[in-house]
Formats: sequence, C-alpha cells, structure tokens
Amino acid sequence: MKNKTFDIAIIGAGVVGASIARKLSSYNLKVALLEKECDVSFGVSKANSGIIHGGFHHGSEYLKSKLEVQGNRMFDQLEQELHFPFRRCGIIVAAFTLEEMKTIEQLYMNGTANKVVGIEMCNRSRMLALEPKLNTDVVGGLYAPAGGIIEPYRFVFSLVESALKNGVELFTEFKVVSAEKNDHAFKIFSESGAAIDSKWVVNSSGLFADEISQIFNAEKFNITPRKGEEFLLDRNSSARTDHVVFPVPDSVSKGILVIPTVEGTTMLGPTAIPQDSKEDVSTTSLNLGMVFSSARRMVPSISQRDIITSFTGLRPVLEGGDFYIDISEKQAHFIQVAGIQSPGLTAVPAIAEYVKDLLKKDGLVLTEKSSYNPSIDKLPRMRILPPEEADLLIQSDPAFAEIVCRCESVSEAEIVAAVRHGHTTLDGIKFYTRAQMGRCQGGFCTDRIIKIIQRETGLSYEEITKRGKDSWLLDDKIGDLKVNSYGGAE
Amino acid sequence: MKEFKFDTLVIGGGSAGMAAALEVSKRGFSVAVVERENSMGGILNQCIHNGFGLHHFKEELSGPSYAEKFIDMVDSSDIEVFIDMTIMDIDENDKLKAVYGLSKLTGMVKFCVKTVVFANGCRERNRGSIGTPGTRPSGVFTAGLAQRLVNMEGYIPGKECVVVGSGDIGLIMARRMTWVGAKVKAVIEIQPYPAGLTRNIVQCLNDFDIPLYLSHVVGDIHGKDRVESIDVIPLENGIEQKEKSFNIKCDSLLLAVGLVPDNELAQKIGISINPETNGPIVDRQLMTGKDGIFACGNVLHVHDLVDFVTEESSRCGRYVADYLDKKISPIQFRTAPGQNIKYLVPNFYSPSGDNKFYLRTLIVKNRAELILKVNGKEILRKKLRHIQPSEMISFSLPPGAVDCISECKENTLEASIV
Repeated sequence: MKNKTFDIAIIGAGVVGASIARKLSSYNLKVALLEKECDVSFGVSKANSGIIHGGFHHGSEYLKSKLEVQGNRMFDQLEQELHFPFRRCGIIVAAFTLEEMKTIEQLYMNGTANKVVGIEMCNRSRMLALEPKLNTDVVGGLYAPAGGIIEPYRFVFSLVESALKNGVELFTEFKVVSAEKNDHAFKIFSESGAAIDSKWVVNSSGLFADEISQIFNAEKFNITPRKGEEFLLDRNSSARTDHVVFPVPDSVSKGILVIPTVEGTTMLGPTAIPQDSKEDVSTTSLNLGMVFSSARRMVPSISQRDIITSFTGLRPVLEGGDFYIDISEKQAHFIQVAGIQSPGLTAVPAIAEYVKDLLKKDGLVLTEKSSYNPSIDKLPRMRILPPEEADLLIQSDPAFAEIVCRCESVSEAEIVAAVRHGHTTLDGIKFYTRAQMGRCQGGFCTDRIIKIIQRETGLSYEEITKRGKDSWLLDDKIGDLKVNSYGGAE
Repeated sequence: MKEFKFDTLVIGGGSAGMAAALEVSKRGFSVAVVERENSMGGILNQCIHNGFGLHHFKEELSGPSYAEKFIDMVDSSDIEVFIDMTIMDIDENDKLKAVYGLSKLTGMVKFCVKTVVFANGCRERNRGSIGTPGTRPSGVFTAGLAQRLVNMEGYIPGKECVVVGSGDIGLIMARRMTWVGAKVKAVIEIQPYPAGLTRNIVQCLNDFDIPLYLSHVVGDIHGKDRVESIDVIPLENGIEQKEKSFNIKCDSLLLAVGLVPDNELAQKIGISINPETNGPIVDRQLMTGKDGIFACGNVLHVHDLVDFVTEESSRCGRYVADYLDKKISPIQFRTAPGQNIKYLVPNFYSPSGDNKFYLRTLIVKNRAELILKVNGKEILRKKLRHIQPSEMISFSLPPGAVDCISECKENTLEASIV
C-alpha cells in the first residue's frame, strides 16, 4: 500500500461519500475514498426510489429539511457538469379524503416554512388536469414542481468519475475492520490486511455507520435497516404518469409512490419494513399485493402484467429520524455523516458543502485547486440519439453500431466505456449502461457482455461475477472438466 | 447515411423471417432480411438437440440442420441479408416506410420499403415475470440463456441445478445439463400435469432419474452472492402448503417459465396488440393494423414447433406478395375465441378465401370437439383426440365453407372447444 498520508479518508463510496469526495477534490487535499464492495454505489445508493424531493415532507426544525431544499436547487448545475439522467418532472401528493387534505395543508405549511418555490395546493380538477391518470376519486392535493427524478447509481458513478479525475484515490474491496491513531493520523486497516494513513476520517458508511463509529471509538448509536421493496414496470406500461405521485404520508414513511423513472420505465414502492439484518435484501411475495393495491388506489390503470422485476433496498435509519452530521465529540478529526435516509439523495450536494464546512471548522486548511475541473465527458446513449447523429458518432467509433442489449438499445461502445471506468461486474455494467435492465433482464445479452469483459480486462470466465465476492457466474468449460462426479456422458 | 430501397424488409433472420422472405422473393419482389446475430437461423442455432422438421421435411433434424436448409435456400436466392444489424426505428407515416438499421459494417442505414414483416421472435419470461421471492444472487438463469452458454459458448453455468418449468425447453435443458456433468436435482412444475411432450419426459427426465415435482412452486431463493438453495412448496388445489415445504441445495436455477412475443417496435409505432397472445392483432393475410406491416412466427404468437412457424411464415410471405401485386383482399369479418379457447389467430377471416387458423385451448381433455359458429349457426365440427394448453391446434376453412353471411350481422366466426 502507498506510503503516504492522506488528508481525508472517506469511508463508504455511496452517494454521500462520493459527493463529499468530489467536493473535497476541488481543494488541494489528498483524499482517499474507501469502499468495501467491488464497485461504488453497491449499497444503499443502488436500490432506492431516485426521487429528488420537493422539500415539504418535514418541518423546518430538521437539519434534513434545510439540506433537502438546498440540495434540490443544486441539481441543475450538477446535471450540466456530470450528465446523469435527471428530470424535474414535479411531484404531486394525492389526497382521497378530507381528513387527508388536512395533512396536505400541513405539508404545504412545511414547504412554505422551508422556503420551497412554486409549491401549491390543488383542488380536484387541478389535480386531474396535472395528472390525468389519477383515480378520479381524488379530492385534492399538493403540487411541487421542483421535485424530480434521477438514476441514483448513475449519479454516484458520475460523482466518483469526477472525483477521480480531480485526484481522489478510490480503494474498492477495502472493508474497514480496525483503526489505530498515531500522533497525527489514523491508520485504517482493511479486512484483507491493507492499510492507509489519514489525518481526518469521514464516516459515510450508510448502514454500517454505527459499526464504523465503534471501530474508531467514536459515538455509540444504532442504525436500523428499514427494508423497501420496489417493483419495476415495462416501458410500455400505459400507467406511466407524468409526475411522481405520492400518497398522503403516515408517521413512518412517505408511502407507496408511483415513479415515472427518468429512463422511461415506471416504478412502484417502496415498502417500509424494519428488520435486523443489514445484508438481507430478499424480496417477498407478501408485499406485491399491498404495493399494487396502494399504487392502484392512486393510478387505477397500473397492472401486474407489466412487472419486469422487483428489488429491495435498505434505508439506514437512525433514532430521532434526522440526519446526524457533526464533528465527533469523542474522537478528534472524525466526522459523522450517519442516518442519511430519505431525503438523503436530494440533500447530498448540500451535505457535501456542510461536511466541507465542518472539516474547515475542525482545522482542515482548504485552498482551492487551480486545476479543478468540475465537468466529465458526456457518454452518448444510442437509445436516445436521432439516426443522423448516431450515424456521425459511428464514423468516429464503429462500436456504437453494435447493439448488445436489445431491450434498452445499449451499444458495445457504452459497455466498453463502463469497463474502462472500472465497472467490470455484470451489475456494475448494468447500472452504468442499463444493459440487462430491460424486459428480458439479460436473457439475450449476458453472454455477449461476458465476452466484452473478458476481452477488455483479460479476466478468465471463472473470475467474472455478478457483483464481486462469491457471485461467480460460470462454473466450468466443456472440455476442461477434471472430475465428472455425476456420471455425465461428456 | 446509406439508403436502400426494397419492396419488402423482413425483420429477423430466423425460421420465420427466412420462410417469409423466400416466398416474397419467389414472386419477383426485392427483399432484405435484417438479422441481429452474426448468422441467420435465430434460436434454432442453439437448439442442437433433434426433433425438428418432422412435419415440414418429413425427417428428424437438429435445430442448426433445420436452419441450414433455409439458409442455403436464402443464399441461392436474390434476397439481401444484413447480419449483425439491429433495427432502431420505423417511420411508417408515408406510403414508403423508412426503417433505420444499425450495424458495424454499414453504420446507420435507412431502408425505404413498401412492406415490413415482423419476424423477430419471442423472448423468455424471467424471474420478474413470475415474481419468485428471495435473495437476488448470481446463478438464476433463464433456460435459453443457459442453453446458449452451454451450446454456443461451451460454459457450464453450475453443477447442481434445479429447473423451473416442465415445458420442452426445461426438459431439454435438464438433459443437457446432465450430459455436461451437472447434477439436475429437480424439475419444478406449477401445473398438475407436465407442460412438455411425453417423449421428452421419458427421454430427458426418466432416463436420467431426474425427479419431476408437479403442483410445486419455488417459494424462496437463498444465498447472498450465489444461489445456495431454494425452498419448494407443494400446492394442493392451487393453494400453497407452506408447512410441507422442503429445501433443495443447488448452485443454479434454470427458469423455463414461458415465452412472450417481442413486440416493442410494433407497439412503439402504435400497432394494436392482442393481450392473449402478446402479438399484433392481424387480419386474414397476417397484416397488422398498420397498412403494409405484417407479422409471422413467434412474434405473432408462440408456436410449439418450428414446422408450424415455417408454414405460417411461408403463407405470410405469399400474402405480402399478394399485397405488392395489389391483389384486392376479399371482404373480412372478425374471429373470436369462444368457450375453452385461450386465443385464436388470425383475428379476421374471409368467407370467400382460404383461411388457416391456429388456436390454443385452456383445458386438458381426451376426445374433445372443436365447434365453429357464425351468426349462431354451426358451420364445422371436428373431433380432437387429446387436447392440452401446451399443444397448438390448427384448422382450415376453405372458400364457401361459411354460407350464412348476413348483411345485417357482424358475421363473427366463433371457435369453441367442448
């Protein structure tokens, strides 16, 4: 391992860590980004609703409300610099009883107290004009035009790419298991025995923030995973709405949403079920009925026939329900960024600023880097390119003409770009390019992607995985069989 | 951008596309076939087992051999073939349709054509389609993908497999995995009867002592990174008996849970889809709701045998040629599925023309009868020895068979099975 001392080590390359890393990469600092998985965005950040929230769900007394509203405003510039899929489609909250309208009023008051621009209360006909697919039983609701949607993992990939471009060093498969403090720096050890030195540590380890805090002898707190199951519907679903549609929230969660994803599919969810395990992201058959009946109450044309797939994410829930972002009182030069659940994705650009200010307050010297470049290259997407533009692009790189994933029209060039940006697992490539994410779920393109990974990386077939660790894909090759223990005729 | 002009563009170079293109070409029209893979033949290329061609060629062939016979015919015809090409978009607003294709060899090309034939087959249903709960590890493959990995690439995806679905693809893959040295621990079937051919139950399962669990479902998948085991739940009268569930250790799960026509492009340009087949609604000449756009083979409805795909697609090719010849199509009326029928293709018939139908029943029965009625009047009754949902039924209706056409009625042809 490198014989140098970093100024800051950020533990966890989810959306929070990536955002902080990118922010710090604009200063003359040596920054390390540590991730226990084999790729970035493989934890909480890969499986969530992708909502850029409207700033009305929580009162102004919460830190998260302030950061949510600030963060929301920063997305337009981020999109210009980082080219992740993002659309301000607007959010509506649909009320079906007069009782629910009282909550809508409260949400409206939250929004105005949080200084949200453009938020409005709507009567029935306004709601139906905004969103014609709503159940006509709607009584009224709330409209927040500044709300939107993004592809969360693509956002993380772009943040990390930008951070790396500006000098941040990424360490994947670096699971922090212990730490020591020397005179002026921490020595941080990974499970595999590697170590790095760093003067400051930022704990942005999502579900594991409580355990990391313990490893560093900092504050004691508990992160409770709360499971959220989501169902993804086909592009052709006639139930696709124009806006993100929320039900009126209850005390625990924001309820089951209908989400017109930025890439053209429709998503329903998430559920909200507390559990003990931080690893268990299994789906259940029990929730399907509940999710669909809740979603159909708002948009009756939703059909189970359109399901492509379902998945589960876990929210890192902290007692009290607010974000915990502060300088540790028990461990010097240790910054806690914990409990970042909804609206964490929205708040994340503001969280990065907030953490930067905390580090400064804690004595870190920040001088701006003259070579800092906030922009990354935009990768063309064949699916959305008009034929004339596609033709020009192909003349520069014929690999754009080879469509590997037919459902999402992903070209070989896009998959090669994913691999060259370090995404060498099937899931990494899926999240970077959308290949395997469509209606056939990789049935037609998995074998072609395996070949491209092998060609670009030199990995053998046994080394190719779905998402690192033991998620191997292929067991053997015909002709290579050493032992034929089952009496096969080969 | 290169431009090409053809009378007909056939999308898909598998069994359906080749058969249709050959018939259009025989009649002297210019035809292009666009194929996504680097050779024609479609899914037949990975079906290296035999059992193909008994109807069409009166001999038993492997999938590649069946395909090769057609590839040879296409090669010696005037048909132009574009391989490694994906169709990106269709603009059908003008009389001449613009179809955009993309390949490494040609870049983006524009085909200006009078007619289009969708012959691009079907895709496999997957875990999401059947909603199997559990973890989401590596090791869950659709049977077709596993077949491709084994037969085309030479990889063995796992050594301890469970196959879900007892249709022919599931049975063939159970045998194939055994032959390459894997242990196939079970085949799980949700229905109380096997979905595949009896000969495949015997040759693929019984001969290798692979247990078949009828009326069972996969209730859970375990394993964080790779499949480690599954829970299997018996059904009694369609209800899950969770207390009787049992666990099977395995490292891979092969899903053979049905096929569905791949109609995204058709839907994108506004072609109406039959929700029972997931294929386009077509008239007697297999033309979709859009003038000059036809569909045949598994993109129209999923067939059991490639021989039937060939029959239907050859006919489709002749209909396309008739259309290009500006032959006036005879007056048409609707068809409708009646009692115990899942679907009936095509969706229109002509009393004054030849009509050929394919249908699927919803029931399993010995000694059944097919009954056709128009305006309440029975016009045909046909005895069927044994019927089941997995086996397509076909029948023909020659000109003049329907003599009860009335000007004031809808004249819908209703097919029932009792």
